[in-house]
Amino acid sequence: MVLDKDIDYGTPESPSQDLISLEIDGHQVLVPKGTSIMRAAKQLSTSIPKLCATDSLEAFGSCRLCLVEIEGRRGTPASCTTPVEADMIVHTQSQKLAKLRKGVMELYISDHPLDCLTCSANGDCELQDMAGTVGLRDVRYGYQGENHLDAKTDDSNPYFSFDPSKCIVCSRCVRACDEVQGTFALTISKRGFDSHVSAGIEDSFLNSECVSCGACVQACPTATLMEKSVIDHGVPEHSIETTCAYCGVGCTFNAEMKGDQVVRMVPTKSGKANEGHSCVKGRFAWGYASHKERILKPMLRSSIDEPWQEVSWEEAIQFTAKRFKEIQQEYGRKAIGGISSSRASNEEVFVVQKLVRAAFENNNIDTCARVCHSPTGFGLNKTLGTSAGTQDFISVESADVILLIGANPTDAHPVFASRMKKRLREGAQIIVADPRRIDLVESPHIKAAAHLALLPGTNVALINAFAYTIVEEDLVDWDYVNQRCDKELFEQWLAFIKQPQNAPEAVDKVLGVDAGILRKAARLYASAERAAIYYGLGVTEHSQGSTMVMGMANLAMLTGNLGFNGCGVNPLRGQNNVQGSCDMGSFPHELPGYRPVSDDLTRQSFEKDWGTSIDNEPGYRIPNMFNEAVSGSFKGMYIQGEDVAQSDPDIHHVEAALRNLDCLVVQDLFLNETAKYAHVFLPGTSFLEKNGTFTNAERRLGRVRPAIKPRTGKHEWQITMEIAQAMSYPMHYNNSSEIMDEIARLTPTFAGISFAKLDRDGSVQWPCNDGAPNGTPIMHIDTFVRGKGAFEITEFVPTEEKVTPKFPLLLTTGRILSQYNVGAQTRRTDNNVWHPEDILEIHPHDAAERGIKNGDLIMLKSRKGETSLHALISERMQPGVVYTTFHMPFSGANIVTTEYSDWATNCPEYKVTAVQCSLTDHISEWQQHFLDHQAKQSKPLLQPD
Amino acid sequence: MTKIYLPRETTALALGVEEVKSAIEGEASIRGIDLQIVRNGSRGAAWLEPLLELEVEGKRIAYGPVTTPQVKSLFEADFLNAGEHELKLGDLTDIPWFQQQQQLTFARCGAIQSLSVDDYKKHNGFTGLSNALSKDSRDIIQTILDSGLRGRGGAAFPAGIKWQTVANAEADCKYIVCNADEGDSGTFSDRLLMEGDPFSLIEGMIIAGIAVGAELGFIYLRSEYPLTKIILQEALVKAREAGYLGNKIQGSDYNFDIRLHIGAGAYICGEETSLLESLEGKRGQIRFKPPLPALEGLHGKPTVVNNVITLASVPIIMAKGAEYYANFGQGRSLGTMPFQLSGNIKHGGLVEIPFGMTLRELIEDFGEGTFSGRALGAVQVGGPLGAYFSGEQLDTPLDYESFTAVGGMLGHGGIVVFDDSIDYLKQARFAMEFCAIESCGKCTPCRIGSVRGVEVIDHILDTQDQEDPVEHYELLKDLCETLEDASLCAMGGLTPMPVRSAIKLHQQVAQQADDNKEMR
Repeated sequence: MVLDKDIDYGTPESPSQDLISLEIDGHQVLVPKGTSIMRAAKQLSTSIPKLCATDSLEAFGSCRLCLVEIEGRRGTPASCTTPVEADMIVHTQSQKLAKLRKGVMELYISDHPLDCLTCSANGDCELQDMAGTVGLRDVRYGYQGENHLDAKTDDSNPYFSFDPSKCIVCSRCVRACDEVQGTFALTISKRGFDSHVSAGIEDSFLNSECVSCGACVQACPTATLMEKSVIDHGVPEHSIETTCAYCGVGCTFNAEMKGDQVVRMVPTKSGKANEGHSCVKGRFAWGYASHKERILKPMLRSSIDEPWQEVSWEEAIQFTAKRFKEIQQEYGRKAIGGISSSRASNEEVFVVQKLVRAAFENNNIDTCARVCHSPTGFGLNKTLGTSAGTQDFISVESADVILLIGANPTDAHPVFASRMKKRLREGAQIIVADPRRIDLVESPHIKAAAHLALLPGTNVALINAFAYTIVEEDLVDWDYVNQRCDKELFEQWLAFIKQPQNAPEAVDKVLGVDAGILRKAARLYASAERAAIYYGLGVTEHSQGSTMVMGMANLAMLTGNLGFNGCGVNPLRGQNNVQGSCDMGSFPHELPGYRPVSDDLTRQSFEKDWGTSIDNEPGYRIPNMFNEAVSGSFKGMYIQGEDVAQSDPDIHHVEAALRNLDCLVVQDLFLNETAKYAHVFLPGTSFLEKNGTFTNAERRLGRVRPAIKPRTGKHEWQITMEIAQAMSYPMHYNNSSEIMDEIARLTPTFAGISFAKLDRDGSVQWPCNDGAPNGTPIMHIDTFVRGKGAFEITEFVPTEEKVTPKFPLLLTTGRILSQYNVGAQTRRTDNNVWHPEDILEIHPHDAAERGIKNGDLIMLKSRKGETSLHALISERMQPGVVYTTFHMPFSGANIVTTEYSDWATNCPEYKVTAVQCSLTDHISEWQQHFLDHQAKQSKPLLQPD
Repeated sequence: MTKIYLPRETTALALGVEEVKSAIEGEASIRGIDLQIVRNGSRGAAWLEPLLELEVEGKRIAYGPVTTPQVKSLFEADFLNAGEHELKLGDLTDIPWFQQQQQLTFARCGAIQSLSVDDYKKHNGFTGLSNALSKDSRDIIQTILDSGLRGRGGAAFPAGIKWQTVANAEADCKYIVCNADEGDSGTFSDRLLMEGDPFSLIEGMIIAGIAVGAELGFIYLRSEYPLTKIILQEALVKAREAGYLGNKIQGSDYNFDIRLHIGAGAYICGEETSLLESLEGKRGQIRFKPPLPALEGLHGKPTVVNNVITLASVPIIMAKGAEYYANFGQGRSLGTMPFQLSGNIKHGGLVEIPFGMTLRELIEDFGEGTFSGRALGAVQVGGPLGAYFSGEQLDTPLDYESFTAVGGMLGHGGIVVFDDSIDYLKQARFAMEFCAIESCGKCTPCRIGSVRGVEVIDHILDTQDQEDPVEHYELLKDLCETLEDASLCAMGGLTPMPVRSAIKLHQQVAQQADDNKEMR
């Protein structure tokens, strides 16, 4: 294993198709038009000295080291900023160039500390390399002149330090912040010799607008911006390429290691989802893997009121199997079930559903996608034929108009957001449909063409008004509809959509959006050459989530925006492997590959391979499991990596269900909220220990490779496998690669996938099989997977959850950049400096009416429950709507949310809850109970004798 | 009613013209005289400001420089009827300073009421535009090419070629940008022109717009010219009112408008790419070339960036033809150049002459020697980045090629005179210091090199009596090479020019002193 560093070509690749031939140092090279001389030279493995150039950034031309000579041209142009021309003859080395480069380096070093031996970048410093390359031997200016050596280090960011005394003002950090991340938090202050990097207006990094994505640190050629982990531990010595375990973007990282210690995570340019970019979570927030609260040994207890006792793996697994079997004997085959995790690998998920189907002998398997993107699977399958997004991420770089609905990518999918922002800066337009004024409505160099600040719960009325306008104003792509869509279904839909109740003028009051603005936005979407829809949980987590997904698919078909680059209907998936966990057959009614358990042929293929029979009746969904548990017929659960006691709605109900279980087995990294009700705790592995694959939101399977051995001594698939074996089902794999082989064998869309292929070719997007040996970046190219596209009728039915005099405000929930989901990981990192607690955002008008000031403690109350939060008065909110996040268990956001859910999939209606807010001086009863429970649960372990 | 002319111009303002004006008005009212005071621009003779003129029998009779205490005596001398007075200069055209000039670009400056469209038109104004409106774009550009007009901002790039490049570029939108960030020390021709004859700049920009297909122009004016700003603002309003700016100029199919943008006080923003960055609202920092601004300029669109004098010379070329203009000057330096005399000089001001006169003639015939009365020491030509000249170098003809041949440049035509007390080492130091103060900081040679340059020269200055500075001169030589060949723009690239020329003169002086010692 070596430290794998991406080759730096100095300047970005040119997209041109035209090739140009030139000569560099006597060698011919053929490169695309628009390529810099520097990049062309690198293609010949000729490294021209450079400092300000790096291929993730546009050429800048400031360091003046990369000068070259071109025959027939005056002077010594910079090779980074000079594009190649046909038959050019370039010399990269000459006496004159050597003297100039040495002269420049001599100037650099005259204002640089001479502490290379003790510098954190020693051995990983481009300035040091260049001093060696140009052969600098003497700094004749001496070191007594004016300098920056006394500049103070800014240590405010928890993950990296900024030491301006080492800065060479190459602006790579500033440009990375602008061009790659798109936050524009950094600048160069003052001019001339006083030029220096400044976060905001001479602010500290922590207080500035910096989002800690790490792009600047990665771009820095010296030790000026340096990971604190490298300062502490030294430069890494080998690296392992793997996939991030946070959101559904699925960034590729190199885990840079020293022995078995991770020193830093560095995004790789070859990663197709992120192309070298990262966010604060993937880049820095991985310390939870070695957090002291991590549980590394299996534990048991006979009742939830007793302390945990550490046991051997053997004992824990035998106990689990025994209890499950006993429960099935007493309460029947269907009295137990499992929940697979969207955080786990495809292989780990696959074996859990197999355990349920083959060893539990029922279909009581569900996954946390139930509570996020289950409507996506349902809606896109129904209309287009595939339960997944239609594009690859890079497609957005060809979009002319982006319709963003119910998603906040800059917080929840930051790396994709950066890609989107780049496209917007290039001139694409964005329409934002969101109750809140999110960053993509307006932020530096971004301004939405329209912000449709609709009221929570009115999505379907909005999408129908769009379709109505497009039909009424004849902006329909008739050729597309006629050729590619089901005629009869379309005619039915057309008759429906033309009804006056769908007109913008009929729904503007319901939406709270001006009809004229709605029409303008619809026109903009319909008239774009390439229009793309991106959406998030603001679409799915509604009582009409599935309807809305179908409504968006209708709209895209209506305007011919499916099946090519730059368009599509694209869910922004929440968790790293939520796509994968769904693909792997984690639904009670579907086998891997979204094939119904009721389908005999499919079922038989599995039965044959598994040597068992499979129930042809769908099993319980998560809410059914809870309901059955409360009623006493469902008694045992195996929960893999999901914290239902924090993440699921109506927590009182969830807790009641969990308390009623005879055997709850929790497999996780930490004693989470759900584990408070568990009898068996099986310690899981972090992504740094896993060997498998994750599937991101663009259907891309990326390899997850173990940087370290499982700290628990067991892979998670082994745990599941051993439970199956202990329950007398002969499941056996020697390694996780064999699990993928089984997936490929049994699932046509995965037929061409294997670890060997992924290791050889890099990540791949399913379907990957004989028809598409290299995967499928864009779906539905010539025809829809289901054949003809199906227009579905999407009648707007308002949610039952309505504001009342008692609960006059609407609560909507979401997340923020620095914390992730229930916070199990991020809460155990320094990300807490940005978000130590969940807060309630409220519009100034609503706050004033209630006498609420910034920072006041507020009781947030719905008909389901109440919880206290501190208030933040924010103009991002609209009057009548309040917002909070659910990252902290103590906040109890889901104490307040309701039992309502999507009509088709039971995805909870997290996004709409009628609430009241009032000043309070105490925490809620539930929160007090939470604290008591927490204290009791954190009693010391019973040590084994 | 008697009409008198008093400049509304920054030099005159500094020399008390407003007080003089009040005193004249006060005196006139006491005496019951009905007076009309017309505000013109300066005629360029700074040494005569405030210069008062009146019109008598079609002639302009001049008095100056007028001070407030002398106003009463002017009335007593019946100056309104051209009475005799110690300040009386007589018929303006008889004054040698004006007689010896060839004013093409500045013909109207000082003669007309600066902000009168009518007066401008009476003096041949907008003739060039009406000619342009009857021609097609190619013919206009050909006229500019044939006139030999080169960029007067300093780089001397042929204006016609630049226009042609922009005209040939395909784009949905193009711009004309006037560089009025006149930052070179010792230069003021842009200001005099804009304050005295703003419509000629406006006319030049409109013609440029028609020629290249641009409908919007910007004047990037330095913030240190507050009076110019006011005058330009008023001129733009009047031009718009008179139908010269806006849609359908003079009933034609052409649209063109101009916006005035005020800089924020950085010398580097006079460099065209920095100027464009600044105009876009960004930090005034150099862009690398290519792409040329003519192809990707303001907001990435093809852009003509021309200096004030370049643009203001266009109307007369379009009015009188390319040949008329090209008949002045010599070699490849055609037409006239407004040189600006300042520093230690008796008669400072602006002199517009055809290329070709020698530097010495200019200084002696117009400047009439040093202000201090001491012998002439050296002359810096072309602004703070220009070379120092002394001795026989002063016989170099004032044209672009001749100056390049002797290691100098005409630049924007600034000529700063020093007497024989000049300390060349300190001037060399000043050149480095100027670069250090004004460097944008983007490229390494300029950002760090200029500071090191000051330090090296300081070291030579501090130790010249104790040690042999040969090593330091060697280092300075290498540094100049790095600056010249490795800098991103002309700021760092040209700084060696004054440094080297001053060091050379310093060493000559030192050698001479040694020789003299030996001879004694």
